[in-house]
Amino acid sequence: MTTNYQLKRVDFIFKNENDWEEVLSKNIERPSQELINELISSELKGRGGAGFPTGLKWKLSAEAVDEIKYVICNADEGEPGTFKDREILSRVPFKVLTAMAVCGHVIGAKEGYIYLRGEYFFLQPELNKAISEFEYYCKEINLDFKIKIFMGSGAYICGEETALFESMEGKRGEPRNKPPYPSSYGYMGKPTVINNVETLAHTFTIFKYGAKRFYDLGVQYSRGSKLFSVSGDTPKPGIYELELGMSLADFVDEFGDGDTKAVQVGGASGFLVPRKRFSETAIGFQGKLTGISLPTGGSMMLFNSSRSMFNVLDNYLEFFREESCGQCTPCRVGCQQLLKGIKAVKRGEKNAQYLDKLMRLAETMQYTAKCGLGQSVANSFSSIVENFREEMIY
Amino acid sequence: MNPVTELIKNLADQHGRSRHNLLPILQGVVEQEKYLSEFSMTEIARELDLPAAEVYGTATFYSFLEHKKMGKYIIRVCKTITCSMKGKNQIILAIEDMLKINAGETTPDGNFSLLQTNCLGFCHKAPAMLINNEIYTELTPEKVREILSTYLKKKGESNDN
Repeated sequence: MTTNYQLKRVDFIFKNENDWEEVLSKNIERPSQELINELISSELKGRGGAGFPTGLKWKLSAEAVDEIKYVICNADEGEPGTFKDREILSRVPFKVLTAMAVCGHVIGAKEGYIYLRGEYFFLQPELNKAISEFEYYCKEINLDFKIKIFMGSGAYICGEETALFESMEGKRGEPRNKPPYPSSYGYMGKPTVINNVETLAHTFTIFKYGAKRFYDLGVQYSRGSKLFSVSGDTPKPGIYELELGMSLADFVDEFGDGDTKAVQVGGASGFLVPRKRFSETAIGFQGKLTGISLPTGGSMMLFNSSRSMFNVLDNYLEFFREESCGQCTPCRVGCQQLLKGIKAVKRGEKNAQYLDKLMRLAETMQYTAKCGLGQSVANSFSSIVENFREEMIY
Repeated sequence: MNPVTELIKNLADQHGRSRHNLLPILQGVVEQEKYLSEFSMTEIARELDLPAAEVYGTATFYSFLEHKKMGKYIIRVCKTITCSMKGKNQIILAIEDMLKINAGETTPDGNFSLLQTNCLGFCHKAPAMLINNEIYTELTPEKVREILSTYLKKKGESNDN
Protein backbone atom coordinates (compact mmCIF):
# COMPACT_ATOMS: atom_id res chain seq x y z
CA MET A 1 0.00 0.00 0.00
CA THR A 2 1.36 3.44 -0.85
CA THR A 3 1.39 6.37 1.48
CA ASN A 4 0.65 9.07 -1.04
CA TYR A 5 -2.83 9.51 0.31
CA GLN A 6 -2.93 12.89 2.01
CA LEU A 7 -4.75 13.72 5.20
CA LYS A 8 -7.89 15.60 4.25
CA ARG A 9 -9.67 17.71 6.78
CA VAL A 10 -13.42 17.88 6.39
CA ASP A 11 -15.97 20.11 8.06
CA PHE A 12 -19.44 18.59 8.04
CA ILE A 13 -20.26 17.40 11.52
CA PHE A 14 -19.71 20.64 13.40
CA LYS A 15 -20.90 22.93 10.61
CA ASN A 16 -23.82 25.04 11.77
CA GLU A 17 -27.14 23.35 12.32
CA ASN A 18 -29.36 26.43 11.96
CA ASP A 19 -31.36 24.85 9.17
CA TRP A 20 -32.39 21.75 11.11
CA GLU A 21 -36.07 22.73 10.98
CA GLU A 22 -35.94 22.82 7.20
CA VAL A 23 -34.04 19.52 6.98
CA LEU A 24 -36.57 17.89 9.28
CA SER A 25 -39.74 19.20 7.66
CA LYS A 26 -38.49 18.40 4.15
CA ASN A 27 -37.34 14.90 4.92
CA ILE A 28 -40.37 13.69 6.84
CA GLU A 29 -42.35 14.44 3.67
CA ARG A 30 -40.21 12.00 1.69
CA PRO A 31 -41.25 8.35 1.40
CA SER A 32 -39.51 5.96 3.76
CA GLN A 33 -38.07 3.88 0.91
CA GLU A 34 -36.50 6.92 -0.73
CA LEU A 35 -34.70 7.89 2.50
CA ILE A 36 -33.45 4.33 2.99
CA ASN A 37 -32.15 4.26 -0.57
CA GLU A 38 -30.41 7.57 0.00
CA LEU A 39 -28.63 6.13 3.04
CA ILE A 40 -27.75 2.89 1.28
CA SER A 41 -26.25 4.70 -1.68
CA SER A 42 -24.18 6.91 0.63
CA GLU A 43 -22.56 3.71 1.96
CA LEU A 44 -22.52 5.17 5.47
CA LYS A 45 -21.31 2.63 8.01
CA GLY A 46 -21.84 2.83 11.74
CA ARG A 47 -19.42 5.21 13.41
CA GLY A 48 -19.56 3.41 16.74
CA GLY A 49 -16.80 1.11 15.56
CA ALA A 50 -18.46 -2.05 14.32
CA GLY A 51 -19.19 -0.48 10.93
CA PHE A 52 -22.59 -1.99 10.14
CA PRO A 53 -24.21 -0.33 7.09
CA THR A 54 -26.64 2.24 8.48
CA GLY A 55 -29.07 2.12 5.56
CA LEU A 56 -29.47 -1.62 5.96
CA LYS A 57 -30.05 -1.25 9.69
CA TRP A 58 -32.90 1.22 9.09
CA LYS A 59 -34.30 -0.94 6.31
CA LEU A 60 -34.49 -4.05 8.49
CA SER A 61 -36.29 -2.19 11.26
CA ALA A 62 -38.63 -0.55 8.75
CA GLU A 63 -39.57 -4.00 7.44
CA ALA A 64 -40.22 -5.40 10.92
CA VAL A 65 -43.94 -5.44 11.63
CA ASP A 66 -44.90 -4.00 15.00
CA GLU A 67 -47.08 -1.26 16.44
CA ILE A 68 -44.31 -0.07 18.72
CA LYS A 69 -40.74 0.59 17.61
CA TYR A 70 -37.89 2.60 19.07
CA VAL A 71 -35.02 4.80 17.94
CA ILE A 72 -32.07 4.87 20.30
CA CYS A 73 -29.04 7.11 20.17
CA ASN A 74 -26.09 5.36 21.77
CA ALA A 75 -24.22 8.02 23.75
CA ASP A 76 -22.52 5.60 26.12
CA GLU A 77 -19.14 6.72 24.89
CA GLY A 78 -16.79 4.70 27.08
CA GLU A 79 -13.96 3.43 24.90
CA PRO A 80 -10.66 4.74 26.26
CA GLY A 81 -9.45 7.51 23.99
CA THR A 82 -12.84 8.54 22.60
CA PHE A 83 -14.54 11.82 23.36
CA LYS A 84 -16.21 12.92 20.11
CA ASP A 85 -19.83 12.04 20.92
CA ARG A 86 -19.94 14.43 23.85
CA GLU A 87 -18.70 17.19 21.59
CA ILE A 88 -21.39 16.45 19.00
CA LEU A 89 -24.15 16.44 21.61
CA SER A 90 -23.00 19.71 23.11
CA ARG A 91 -22.20 21.57 19.88
CA VAL A 92 -24.76 20.32 17.34
CA PRO A 93 -27.50 18.54 19.32
CA PHE A 94 -30.21 19.43 16.81
CA LYS A 95 -28.51 17.40 14.10
CA VAL A 96 -28.77 14.30 16.26
CA LEU A 97 -32.36 15.00 17.31
CA THR A 98 -33.39 15.67 13.71
CA ALA A 99 -31.76 12.44 12.55
CA MET A 100 -33.58 10.49 15.27
CA ALA A 101 -36.93 11.93 14.22
CA VAL A 102 -36.26 11.20 10.53
CA CYS A 103 -35.34 7.65 11.53
CA GLY A 104 -38.60 7.45 13.49
CA HIS A 105 -40.45 8.48 10.34
CA VAL A 106 -38.59 5.89 8.26
CA ILE A 107 -39.17 2.91 10.53
CA GLY A 108 -42.46 3.97 12.09
CA ALA A 109 -41.32 4.78 15.62
CA LYS A 110 -42.81 7.46 17.85
CA GLU A 111 -40.33 7.30 20.69
CA GLY A 112 -36.63 7.93 20.84
CA TYR A 113 -34.10 7.67 23.65
CA ILE A 114 -30.64 9.04 24.12
CA TYR A 115 -28.69 6.68 26.37
CA LEU A 116 -26.21 9.06 27.96
CA ARG A 117 -23.33 7.70 30.02
CA GLY A 118 -23.35 8.62 33.70
CA GLU A 119 -20.01 10.40 33.35
CA TYR A 120 -21.69 12.95 31.06
CA PHE A 121 -24.43 13.87 33.53
CA PHE A 122 -23.42 17.52 33.19
CA LEU A 123 -24.61 17.55 29.55
CA GLN A 124 -28.18 16.89 30.65
CA PRO A 125 -29.56 20.42 31.28
CA GLU A 126 -28.46 21.79 27.90
CA LEU A 127 -29.55 18.68 26.07
CA ASN A 128 -32.96 18.72 27.73
CA LYS A 129 -33.35 22.35 26.67
CA ALA A 130 -32.60 21.37 23.07
CA ILE A 131 -35.08 18.49 23.29
CA SER A 132 -37.91 20.77 24.49
CA GLU A 133 -37.24 23.21 21.67
CA PHE A 134 -37.14 20.32 19.24
CA GLU A 135 -40.39 18.77 20.46
CA TYR A 136 -42.06 22.17 20.30
CA TYR A 137 -41.22 22.37 16.61
CA CYS A 138 -42.35 18.77 16.04
CA LYS A 139 -45.75 19.73 17.41
CA GLU A 140 -45.90 22.69 15.05
CA ILE A 141 -45.39 20.48 12.02
CA ASN A 142 -47.64 17.74 13.42
CA LEU A 143 -44.87 15.21 13.84
CA ASP A 144 -45.57 12.74 16.62
CA PHE A 145 -42.11 11.97 17.98
CA LYS A 146 -40.85 12.19 21.57
CA ILE A 147 -37.25 12.03 22.77
CA LYS A 148 -36.09 11.25 26.30
CA ILE A 149 -32.68 11.00 27.90
CA PHE A 150 -31.90 7.78 29.73
CA MET A 151 -28.93 8.08 32.06
CA GLY A 152 -26.37 5.33 32.41
CA SER A 153 -24.52 4.81 35.68
CA GLY A 154 -20.93 4.01 34.85
CA ALA A 155 -20.63 0.76 32.89
CA TYR A 156 -18.49 0.48 29.75
CA ILE A 157 -20.29 -2.67 28.64
CA CYS A 158 -23.56 -0.77 28.24
CA GLY A 159 -22.17 0.66 25.01
CA GLU A 160 -22.79 -2.81 23.58
CA GLU A 161 -26.24 -2.44 22.09
CA THR A 162 -28.00 -5.37 23.72
CA ALA A 163 -26.41 -4.64 27.11
CA LEU A 164 -27.73 -1.11 26.67
CA PHE A 165 -31.28 -2.43 26.19
CA GLU A 166 -30.95 -4.58 29.31
CA SER A 167 -29.77 -1.56 31.25
CA MET A 168 -32.73 0.52 30.02
CA GLU A 169 -35.03 -2.29 31.09
CA GLY A 170 -33.71 -1.96 34.65
CA LYS A 171 -31.38 -4.93 34.63
CA ARG A 172 -27.68 -5.62 34.87
CA GLY A 173 -25.99 -4.53 31.66
CA GLU A 174 -25.31 -8.02 30.38
CA PRO A 175 -25.21 -8.52 26.61
CA ARG A 176 -27.81 -10.81 25.03
CA ASN A 177 -27.23 -13.60 22.60
CA LYS A 178 -27.55 -12.56 18.96
CA PRO A 179 -29.67 -13.32 17.00
CA PRO A 180 -32.29 -12.00 17.45
CA TYR A 181 -30.89 -8.66 16.37
CA PRO A 182 -32.17 -5.27 17.56
CA SER A 183 -33.89 -4.64 14.22
CA SER A 184 -36.49 -7.24 15.21
CA TYR A 185 -36.01 -7.64 18.97
CA GLY A 186 -34.46 -4.63 20.70
CA TYR A 187 -35.54 -2.45 23.61
CA MET A 188 -38.52 -4.08 25.39
CA GLY A 189 -38.43 -6.77 22.73
CA LYS A 190 -39.53 -4.30 20.05
CA PRO A 191 -37.88 -3.52 16.70
CA THR A 192 -35.23 -0.91 17.45
CA VAL A 193 -32.74 1.15 15.50
CA ILE A 194 -29.74 1.89 17.68
CA ASN A 195 -27.12 4.20 16.22
CA ASN A 196 -24.04 5.89 17.55
CA VAL A 197 -24.24 9.69 18.03
CA GLU A 198 -21.83 10.36 15.18
CA THR A 199 -23.65 8.03 12.79
CA LEU A 200 -26.85 9.99 13.35
CA ALA A 201 -25.02 13.27 12.79
CA HIS A 202 -23.72 11.94 9.45
CA THR A 203 -27.24 11.00 8.34
CA PHE A 204 -28.15 14.66 8.86
CA THR A 205 -25.41 15.60 6.38
CA ILE A 206 -26.69 13.01 3.91
CA PHE A 207 -30.32 14.10 4.19
CA LYS A 208 -29.29 17.72 3.79
CA TYR A 209 -26.85 17.50 0.88
CA GLY A 210 -27.72 14.15 -0.67
CA ALA A 211 -25.82 10.87 -0.64
CA LYS A 212 -23.32 11.91 -3.28
CA ARG A 213 -21.62 14.63 -1.24
CA PHE A 214 -20.91 12.01 1.42
CA TYR A 215 -20.05 9.16 -0.95
CA ASP A 216 -17.50 11.32 -2.78
CA LEU A 217 -15.39 11.47 0.37
CA GLY A 218 -13.19 8.61 1.47
CA VAL A 219 -12.17 5.50 -0.42
CA GLN A 220 -13.83 2.31 -1.58
CA TYR A 221 -15.61 0.49 1.27
CA SER A 222 -14.87 3.40 3.59
CA ARG A 223 -16.94 6.30 2.36
CA GLY A 224 -17.33 9.67 3.96
CA SER A 225 -15.57 11.36 6.82
CA LYS A 226 -15.10 10.39 10.43
CA LEU A 227 -14.33 12.16 13.66
CA PHE A 228 -11.04 11.17 15.24
CA SER A 229 -10.34 11.63 18.91
CA VAL A 230 -6.61 12.28 19.13
CA SER A 231 -4.82 11.96 22.47
CA GLY A 232 -1.64 10.77 24.11
CA ASP A 233 1.81 12.00 23.09
CA THR A 234 0.76 14.59 20.57
CA PRO A 235 1.27 18.35 20.44
CA LYS A 236 -2.32 18.81 19.32
CA PRO A 237 -4.78 16.58 21.12
CA GLY A 238 -8.42 17.10 20.17
CA ILE A 239 -11.19 16.14 17.78
CA TYR A 240 -10.63 16.20 14.02
CA GLU A 241 -12.91 15.32 11.14
CA LEU A 242 -10.93 13.56 8.42
CA GLU A 243 -11.68 11.67 5.24
CA LEU A 244 -11.50 7.92 5.70
CA GLY A 245 -8.79 5.90 4.00
CA MET A 246 -5.75 7.85 5.19
CA SER A 247 -2.52 6.04 5.88
CA LEU A 248 -1.39 5.91 9.47
CA ALA A 249 2.00 7.31 8.38
CA ASP A 250 0.31 10.49 7.16
CA PHE A 251 -1.67 10.65 10.36
CA VAL A 252 1.48 10.40 12.47
CA ASP A 253 3.22 13.03 10.30
CA GLU A 254 0.42 15.41 11.18
CA PHE A 255 -0.25 14.52 14.81
CA GLY A 256 2.90 12.83 16.11
CA ASP A 257 5.52 14.54 18.29
CA GLY A 258 8.40 13.37 16.09
CA ASP A 259 9.10 10.39 18.34
CA THR A 260 5.97 8.27 17.90
CA LYS A 261 6.66 4.66 18.76
CA ALA A 262 3.18 3.23 18.33
CA VAL A 263 -0.44 4.24 17.80
CA GLN A 264 -3.43 2.57 19.40
CA VAL A 265 -6.18 2.60 16.78
CA GLY A 266 -9.73 2.09 18.04
CA GLY A 267 -9.18 2.39 21.77
CA ALA A 268 -8.25 -0.30 24.25
CA SER A 269 -10.34 -2.80 22.31
CA GLY A 270 -8.57 -1.87 19.06
CA PHE A 271 -5.11 -2.55 17.70
CA LEU A 272 -1.69 -1.25 18.55
CA VAL A 273 0.35 -0.43 15.45
CA PRO A 274 4.14 -0.16 15.85
CA ARG A 275 6.18 2.41 13.93
CA LYS A 276 7.46 -0.09 11.34
CA ARG A 277 3.92 -0.69 10.15
CA PHE A 278 2.61 2.88 9.99
CA SER A 279 2.96 3.14 6.22
CA GLU A 280 1.17 -0.11 5.42
CA THR A 281 -1.77 0.64 7.68
CA ALA A 282 -4.82 2.43 6.35
CA ILE A 283 -7.63 3.74 8.50
CA GLY A 284 -10.99 2.57 7.25
CA PHE A 285 -13.31 -0.39 7.26
CA GLN A 286 -11.52 -2.68 4.84
CA GLY A 287 -7.84 -2.03 5.37
CA LYS A 288 -5.66 -4.49 7.17
CA LEU A 289 -6.67 -2.69 10.30
CA THR A 290 -10.09 -1.28 10.69
CA GLY A 291 -11.42 1.19 13.18
CA ILE A 292 -12.88 -1.72 15.09
CA SER A 293 -13.73 -0.98 18.66
CA LEU A 294 -16.63 -1.99 20.76
CA PRO A 295 -18.67 1.07 21.63
CA THR A 296 -16.99 3.85 19.71
CA GLY A 297 -14.66 4.21 16.76
CA GLY A 298 -12.14 6.90 16.02
CA SER A 299 -9.90 6.69 19.04
CA MET A 300 -6.27 7.42 18.15
CA MET A 301 -3.81 7.31 21.04
CA LEU A 302 -0.18 8.08 20.31
CA PHE A 303 2.71 6.76 22.38
CA ASN A 304 6.28 8.06 22.14
CA SER A 305 9.46 6.20 22.98
CA SER A 306 9.35 7.25 26.63
CA ARG A 307 6.34 4.98 27.22
CA SER A 308 6.54 1.44 28.49
CA MET A 309 4.24 -0.81 26.48
CA PHE A 310 4.02 -3.12 29.47
CA ASN A 311 2.40 -0.32 31.47
CA VAL A 312 0.05 0.38 28.59
CA LEU A 313 -1.10 -3.23 28.36
CA ASP A 314 -1.32 -3.50 32.15
CA ASN A 315 -3.60 -0.44 32.16
CA TYR A 316 -5.85 -1.85 29.40
CA LEU A 317 -6.19 -5.23 31.10
CA GLU A 318 -7.01 -3.63 34.42
CA PHE A 319 -9.72 -1.73 32.55
CA PHE A 320 -11.16 -4.85 30.92
CA ARG A 321 -10.99 -6.85 34.13
CA GLU A 322 -13.12 -4.23 35.87
CA GLU A 323 -15.50 -3.62 32.99
CA SER A 324 -16.14 -7.26 32.02
CA CYS A 325 -19.77 -7.90 32.97
CA GLY A 326 -18.84 -11.29 34.39
CA GLN A 327 -21.58 -13.13 32.58
CA CYS A 328 -19.49 -15.48 30.42
CA THR A 329 -16.48 -17.40 31.68
CA PRO A 330 -14.00 -16.74 28.83
CA CYS A 331 -14.16 -12.98 29.40
CA ARG A 332 -14.56 -12.93 33.19
CA VAL A 333 -11.73 -15.35 33.90
CA GLY A 334 -9.74 -14.58 30.76
CA CYS A 335 -9.28 -10.89 31.59
CA GLN A 336 -8.13 -11.74 35.13
CA GLN A 337 -5.70 -14.38 33.96
CA LEU A 338 -4.17 -12.26 31.20
CA LEU A 339 -3.52 -9.51 33.73
CA LYS A 340 -2.08 -11.92 36.30
CA GLY A 341 -0.05 -13.61 33.57
CA ILE A 342 1.77 -10.57 32.22
CA LYS A 343 2.59 -9.46 35.77
CA ALA A 344 4.04 -12.90 36.54
CA VAL A 345 6.22 -12.80 33.41
CA LYS A 346 7.41 -9.31 34.28
CA ARG A 347 8.36 -10.39 37.80
CA GLY A 348 10.19 -13.41 36.40
CA GLU A 349 7.86 -15.93 38.07
CA LYS A 350 6.98 -17.30 34.65
CA ASN A 351 9.30 -17.67 31.68
CA ALA A 352 8.95 -15.86 28.37
CA GLN A 353 7.20 -18.81 26.70
CA TYR A 354 4.30 -18.24 29.05
CA LEU A 355 3.44 -15.24 26.88
CA ASP A 356 2.61 -17.65 24.04
CA LYS A 357 0.18 -19.46 26.32
CA LEU A 358 -1.42 -16.15 27.17
CA MET A 359 -1.70 -15.36 23.45
CA ARG A 360 -3.58 -18.62 22.98
CA LEU A 361 -5.87 -17.72 25.87
CA ALA A 362 -6.59 -14.36 24.23
CA GLU A 363 -7.34 -16.17 20.98
CA THR A 364 -9.71 -18.52 22.79
CA MET A 365 -11.52 -15.50 24.22
CA GLN A 366 -11.86 -14.12 20.70
CA TYR A 367 -13.74 -17.24 19.65
CA THR A 368 -15.71 -18.01 22.77
CA ALA A 369 -16.64 -14.78 24.52
CA LYS A 370 -20.27 -13.82 24.20
CA CYS A 371 -19.88 -10.22 23.08
CA GLY A 372 -17.47 -7.77 21.53
CA LEU A 373 -15.78 -6.87 24.81
CA GLY A 374 -14.31 -10.29 25.50
CA GLN A 375 -13.73 -10.96 21.82
CA SER A 376 -11.74 -7.80 21.28
CA VAL A 377 -9.35 -8.07 24.24
CA ALA A 378 -7.17 -10.19 21.96
CA ASN A 379 -6.79 -7.25 19.54
CA SER A 380 -4.74 -5.08 21.83
CA PHE A 381 -3.24 -7.97 23.78
CA SER A 382 -1.81 -9.79 20.78
CA SER A 383 -0.73 -6.69 18.89
CA ILE A 384 1.18 -5.38 21.92
CA VAL A 385 2.75 -8.71 22.95
CA GLU A 386 3.75 -9.57 19.38
CA ASN A 387 5.35 -6.22 18.65
CA PHE A 388 6.85 -5.41 22.03
CA ARG A 389 7.67 -8.81 23.44
CA GLU A 390 10.95 -7.73 24.99
CA GLU A 391 9.21 -4.94 26.91
CA MET A 392 6.86 -7.51 28.41
CA ILE A 393 9.77 -9.58 29.74
CA TYR A 394 12.49 -7.15 30.84
CA MET B 1 -42.49 7.96 57.33
CA ASN B 2 -38.75 7.33 57.14
CA PRO B 3 -37.24 9.99 54.82
CA VAL B 4 -35.64 7.36 52.57
CA THR B 5 -38.91 5.47 52.26
CA GLU B 6 -40.63 8.70 51.37
CA LEU B 7 -37.97 9.57 48.80
CA ILE B 8 -38.38 6.14 47.19
CA LYS B 9 -42.14 6.51 47.10
CA ASN B 10 -41.82 9.91 45.44
CA LEU B 11 -39.32 8.60 42.90
CA ALA B 12 -41.62 5.68 42.08
CA ASP B 13 -44.55 8.09 41.66
CA GLN B 14 -42.43 10.17 39.32
CA HIS B 15 -40.86 7.40 37.20
CA GLY B 16 -43.32 4.53 37.50
CA ARG B 17 -43.21 1.16 39.21
CA SER B 18 -42.22 -1.12 36.33
CA ARG B 19 -38.95 -2.95 36.07
CA HIS B 20 -37.69 -0.57 33.40
CA ASN B 21 -38.04 2.31 35.86
CA LEU B 22 -35.58 0.74 38.27
CA LEU B 23 -32.40 2.50 37.13
CA PRO B 24 -33.79 6.06 37.34
CA ILE B 25 -35.08 5.26 40.85
CA LEU B 26 -31.73 3.87 41.97
CA GLN B 27 -30.04 6.96 40.51
CA GLY B 28 -32.49 9.21 42.32
CA VAL B 29 -31.69 7.62 45.67
CA VAL B 30 -27.94 7.85 45.04
CA GLU B 31 -28.27 11.52 44.10
CA GLN B 32 -29.89 12.28 47.47
CA GLU B 33 -28.24 9.77 49.76
CA LYS B 34 -24.90 9.34 47.92
CA TYR B 35 -25.23 5.58 48.20
CA LEU B 36 -27.68 2.68 48.31
CA SER B 37 -27.99 1.14 51.75
CA GLU B 38 -29.43 -2.33 52.21
CA PHE B 39 -32.46 -0.60 53.66
CA SER B 40 -32.90 1.55 50.50
CA MET B 41 -32.59 -1.49 48.28
CA THR B 42 -35.17 -3.54 50.16
CA GLU B 43 -37.50 -0.53 50.25
CA ILE B 44 -37.17 -0.12 46.48
CA ALA B 45 -37.86 -3.84 46.05
CA ARG B 46 -41.00 -3.49 48.17
CA GLU B 47 -42.19 -0.38 46.35
CA LEU B 48 -41.69 -1.97 42.90
CA ASP B 49 -42.76 -5.45 43.99
CA LEU B 50 -39.49 -7.01 42.85
CA PRO B 51 -37.31 -9.60 44.57
CA ALA B 52 -34.70 -7.75 46.67
CA ALA B 53 -31.99 -9.85 45.03
CA GLU B 54 -32.94 -8.43 41.63
CA VAL B 55 -32.62 -4.87 42.92
CA TYR B 56 -29.31 -5.72 44.57
CA GLY B 57 -28.07 -7.39 41.39
CA THR B 58 -28.83 -4.35 39.26
CA ALA B 59 -27.63 -1.84 41.83
CA THR B 60 -24.24 -3.47 42.31
CA PHE B 61 -23.57 -3.78 38.58
CA TYR B 62 -23.01 -0.07 37.97
CA SER B 63 -19.92 1.67 39.25
CA PHE B 64 -21.69 4.99 39.89
CA LEU B 65 -24.32 3.35 42.11
CA GLU B 66 -22.31 3.16 45.31
CA HIS B 67 -23.48 0.73 47.94
CA LYS B 68 -21.33 1.80 50.81
CA LYS B 69 -21.58 5.15 52.55
CA MET B 70 -19.89 7.91 50.58
CA GLY B 71 -18.90 11.47 51.34
CA LYS B 72 -20.93 14.51 50.37
CA TYR B 73 -18.45 15.14 47.56
CA ILE B 74 -17.30 12.11 45.61
CA ILE B 75 -14.02 12.74 43.80
CA ARG B 76 -13.46 10.36 40.90
CA VAL B 77 -10.03 10.59 39.29
CA CYS B 78 -9.67 8.96 35.88
CA LYS B 79 -7.06 6.20 35.90
CA THR B 80 -7.30 5.04 32.29
CA ILE B 81 -4.36 5.13 29.94
CA THR B 82 -4.01 8.77 28.84
CA CYS B 83 -4.75 10.25 32.26
CA SER B 84 -2.40 7.71 33.74
CA MET B 85 0.35 8.76 31.30
CA LYS B 86 -0.22 12.44 31.99
CA GLY B 87 0.28 12.34 35.73
CA LYS B 88 -2.77 10.83 37.38
CA ASN B 89 -0.62 9.55 40.25
CA GLN B 90 0.56 13.04 41.19
CA ILE B 91 -3.07 14.16 41.25
CA ILE B 92 -4.05 11.32 43.58
CA LEU B 93 -1.06 12.07 45.84
CA ALA B 94 -1.97 15.75 46.02
CA ILE B 95 -5.56 14.93 47.00
CA GLU B 96 -4.52 12.27 49.51
CA ASP B 97 -2.13 14.71 51.08
CA MET B 98 -4.72 17.45 51.33
CA LEU B 99 -7.61 15.36 52.63
CA LYS B 100 -5.44 13.00 54.72
CA ILE B 101 -7.10 9.90 53.28
CA ASN B 102 -6.07 7.19 50.84
CA ALA B 103 -7.75 6.50 47.52
CA GLY B 104 -10.88 4.47 48.22
CA GLU B 105 -11.53 6.15 51.57
CA THR B 106 -13.86 8.81 52.96
CA THR B 107 -12.82 11.65 55.25
CA PRO B 108 -13.90 11.14 58.89
CA ASP B 109 -16.20 14.19 58.69
CA GLY B 110 -18.05 12.47 55.82
CA ASN B 111 -17.41 15.29 53.36
CA PHE B 112 -15.11 13.77 50.76
CA SER B 113 -14.60 10.35 49.18
CA LEU B 114 -11.67 9.74 46.87
CA LEU B 115 -12.10 7.12 44.15
CA GLN B 116 -10.40 6.13 40.93
CA THR B 117 -12.57 5.52 37.91
CA ASN B 118 -12.35 4.33 34.33
CA CYS B 119 -12.16 6.58 31.26
CA LEU B 120 -14.11 9.83 31.70
CA GLY B 121 -13.77 10.76 28.03
CA PHE B 122 -11.41 13.72 28.48
CA CYS B 123 -8.26 12.05 27.16
CA HIS B 124 -7.36 15.16 25.15
CA LYS B 125 -7.42 17.20 28.36
CA ALA B 126 -5.81 14.66 30.68
CA PRO B 127 -5.63 14.22 33.60
CA ALA B 128 -9.30 14.61 34.46
CA MET B 129 -11.56 14.13 37.46
CA LEU B 130 -15.20 14.45 38.46
CA ILE B 131 -16.36 15.94 41.74
CA ASN B 132 -19.95 14.73 41.93
CA ASN B 133 -21.16 15.73 38.45
CA GLU B 134 -18.67 18.54 37.90
CA ILE B 135 -15.78 17.88 35.51
CA TYR B 136 -12.23 19.23 35.97
CA THR B 137 -9.55 18.74 33.32
CA GLU B 138 -5.88 19.39 32.53
CA LEU B 139 -5.13 18.98 36.20
CA THR B 140 -1.86 19.70 37.93
CA PRO B 141 -1.20 19.22 41.65
CA GLU B 142 -1.40 23.02 42.10
CA LYS B 143 -4.69 23.24 40.22
CA VAL B 144 -6.14 20.36 42.20
CA ARG B 145 -5.19 22.03 45.49
CA GLU B 146 -6.93 25.22 44.37
CA ILE B 147 -10.09 23.35 43.34
CA LEU B 148 -10.21 21.39 46.57
CA SER B 149 -9.75 24.45 48.72
CA THR B 150 -12.85 26.03 47.18
CA TYR B 151 -14.75 22.86 48.11
CA LEU B 152 -13.29 22.93 51.62
CA LYS B 153 -14.49 26.53 51.94
CA LYS B 154 -17.95 25.59 50.66
CA LYS B 155 -18.07 22.87 53.25
CA GLY B 156 -17.13 25.37 55.98
CA GLU B 157 -19.90 27.74 54.91
CA SER B 158 -22.56 25.06 54.83
CA ASN B 159 -21.49 23.93 58.32
CA ASP B 160 -22.15 27.44 59.64
CA ASN B 161 -25.74 27.33 58.50
